[in-house]
Amino acid sequence: MRNLSVARAVAWRTLHNVFTNPGLVIPQLAFPLFFFTAFAGGLSHIHDVRGFAYPEGYTAFQFVFVLLQSAAFGGVFTGFGIARDFETGFARRLLLAAPHRTGIVSGYALAALCRWLVTAAFLTCVAFAVGMKVGGHGVDLPALYLLAALVNAAAILWACGVAMRLRSMQAGPIMQMPVFLVLFFAPVYVPLGLLTGWIHAVALVNPLTRVLEAGRGFVAGSPTEVAAAYGAAAGLAVLFSLWAVRGLRKAEAAG
Amino acid sequence: MRTTVDQVALLARRSVLRTWRNPAATIFPLVFPMLLLAVNSGGLRAETHLPGFPTKSFVAFALAVPFIQGALFATMNAGTDLARDIESGFMSRLSLTPLRGAALLAGQLGGVIALGLVQACFYLAVGFVVGVRPAAGVGGVAVLLVFAALIALAFGSLGATIAIRTGSTESVQSLFPVFFVFLFISSMNIPRNLISTRWFRDAATANPVSYLLECVRSLIITGWNGEALGLGFGILAVIGVAGLSSAAAALPRRLAR
Amino acid sequence: MDHPNTIEAEKLVREFKKGPRAVDGIDLHVDAGEIYGFLGPNGAGKSTTVLMLTTLLPPTAGAARVGGYDVVREGPQVRANIGAALQEAALDPLLTGREHLRLQAALQALPREERGPRAAELLDRVGLTEAADRKVRGYSGGMKRRLDLAMALVHRPRILFLDEPTTGLDVQSRTALWDEVGRLAREDGVTVFLTTQYLEEADVLADRVGIIDHGRIVAEGTPDALKAEIGRPTVEVIPLGEDGRGPVAAVLERFGTLVPSSRGIAVRLEGGEAGLAEVVRALDAAGVHVAQLELHSPSLDDVFLAKTGRSLEGHGAE
Repeated sequence: MRNLSVARAVAWRTLHNVFTNPGLVIPQLAFPLFFFTAFAGGLSHIHDVRGFAYPEGYTAFQFVFVLLQSAAFGGVFTGFGIARDFETGFARRLLLAAPHRTGIVSGYALAALCRWLVTAAFLTCVAFAVGMKVGGHGVDLPALYLLAALVNAAAILWACGVAMRLRSMQAGPIMQMPVFLVLFFAPVYVPLGLLTGWIHAVALVNPLTRVLEAGRGFVAGSPTEVAAAYGAAAGLAVLFSLWAVRGLRKAEAAG
Repeated sequence: MRTTVDQVALLARRSVLRTWRNPAATIFPLVFPMLLLAVNSGGLRAETHLPGFPTKSFVAFALAVPFIQGALFATMNAGTDLARDIESGFMSRLSLTPLRGAALLAGQLGGVIALGLVQACFYLAVGFVVGVRPAAGVGGVAVLLVFAALIALAFGSLGATIAIRTGSTESVQSLFPVFFVFLFISSMNIPRNLISTRWFRDAATANPVSYLLECVRSLIITGWNGEALGLGFGILAVIGVAGLSSAAAALPRRLAR
Repeated sequence: MDHPNTIEAEKLVREFKKGPRAVDGIDLHVDAGEIYGFLGPNGAGKSTTVLMLTTLLPPTAGAARVGGYDVVREGPQVRANIGAALQEAALDPLLTGREHLRLQAALQALPREERGPRAAELLDRVGLTEAADRKVRGYSGGMKRRLDLAMALVHRPRILFLDEPTTGLDVQSRTALWDEVGRLAREDGVTVFLTTQYLEEADVLADRVGIIDHGRIVAEGTPDALKAEIGRPTVEVIPLGEDGRGPVAAVLERFGTLVPSSRGIAVRLEGGEAGLAEVVRALDAAGVHVAQLELHSPSLDDVFLAKTGRSLEGHGAE
């Protein structure tokens, strides 16, 4: 019960800061929208490459990637806030006030999820407004959002673990770069089958590839590799929750 | 005259050293554009199958992008360093010395140009390793380096203007998303004639960054193209003159003694 | 009582990698309702001790119990019973004073309906009602300190840790904070562990003082006892004219040993402060005219000097 109270308090404070500060809320909405515009608008001709078979069109194809990207970066950006809290000493206040400190990690994760849900809603509205076609039925889109929420959880827990180990804003690139690489070493612009060479080999073992392909399957109404995708996303979330809690223990030991 | 040259050299050296001693500022401009090049050249290779695509090597096509990203880093480096000098009071200390304002600006931009050239050499070397041979030959490589130096000068002076006018690193950093938008809404990833979404093609056509990209790209994949070179250097000249004159105009107020 | 409001430490040690022992085996016992002043210069180990006692830093060796709970094994129980205002009043510049208090109340799991009234009550108590709805980034240093104290009190802790609470404050803010801390101990029975670099603060506020140097407690006791331990008070007399020096010296010799004085004649009173009245009467009886008479009590700095060979005055904050 006290853990829940701590989690809610930490989440409230993080969300309050984000949504009352235009410098934080605008990039959160603008960047995914911008990537969606740049990829879906600028590269739509790629859909004409032989072998590119995605019935819902390039807008829907890119929407799934940008949605997952916003989920992952929503987590990382929340991680920046954690690093800032340690740098300014505010985290010490949280560590002191929270009887059960795992509630702090849960609070940050809850904030990252709520923060991303706003972005996801905004992005979805824009996508439908510009004519995105969806082939799936009732359950397919929620399944995509659930998958993205797991990606969000994995990303915030990864970033949280880094922030609590380094306890400095200098941790920013370390949080960001691996997430960037995992995202972009997946089939971002074309389906997996059209990738060749080293990038194909990397994409094959990249867990995000399963998530991306399954997500595109949901939007097309023909889900593929659903179990593998959920397994990969949930596996990452569990793995990084252990990473985050160990990070918390390291922060506690460091004082 | 000799004193001014010494001052410029000293300040340029300081500018290079402070970047060199900050690993994040040195490594990021070298590594990040190469990562993006790797990601995009892998993911977008299928584009070369589109009818009308100008080359069979997407890496050669995409190698122009790091040069323009160099502009972004030049702006940030020049602006952030100057703004930090203002915030920390170092500029006030300089204003108590007989240092000429022009020497300060030239020194800072000299350092940025030196770093821009290092970056350009690195990008070309990486391109060479993965098999890119500039179609315009050795002369083309020389022109590319001149172009890279001018990019650093022109965009560095824009960053310097913002820094001198606002005196705030935060204001300089806020330029980053603006440049980012200009870069992405351009012919960065696909030739303009192959952009099928009309509004995007129009935006890319109106965007000066497209012509800077196409200037570099022409030297790498097509050879000597007078129109592309003229547009690229012309746009750079306009940006440079505007940036330098506004920075020079703002400087006396900041250095008011 | 199972869980008294006491603080106990036994051979508490904290070592940092590649550094000296910041805290080197200290023993402490602070009674319920007592104000304990922890006095020491820069880097003596005051803040490290507080971090360990508040569960923010695990000890390398030794044990400590706060409020009857072990700081290592029963961290959640310790945190539920203590309040702390640490050296940097780490506040969120984007939140208002009231929002900070409500956040703290939520973190401490106060029932939702209690949070608002408790925040208002504390804001009033620390004199921040008018500024309550302003963002903290506009607060002065003194206001931040007062808000920090209010936050430490949100959940009505039984034990309060204050790490250099008045460093950097003006005299008025310092006095207000002393009054509040004194009231908490006297009226609410809160045990207060206070670190300070100000001798006056320890002297005025603390029931007992521990002096720490190089990670070790070098002296402990009430301020008066500590001062008495190192010496008797001195009376310094300045005669009205130069020819009065001899008669004054003759009188003062009867009360103890004469000690050097740059302005007049001084004597260390063998009988303590009580001898002052006797001195005055004796001077009067001898018909000596006196321009000025001063009683000098030993200060805590004298205590520190006696125990460590160095003076505490002039040291900065830890």
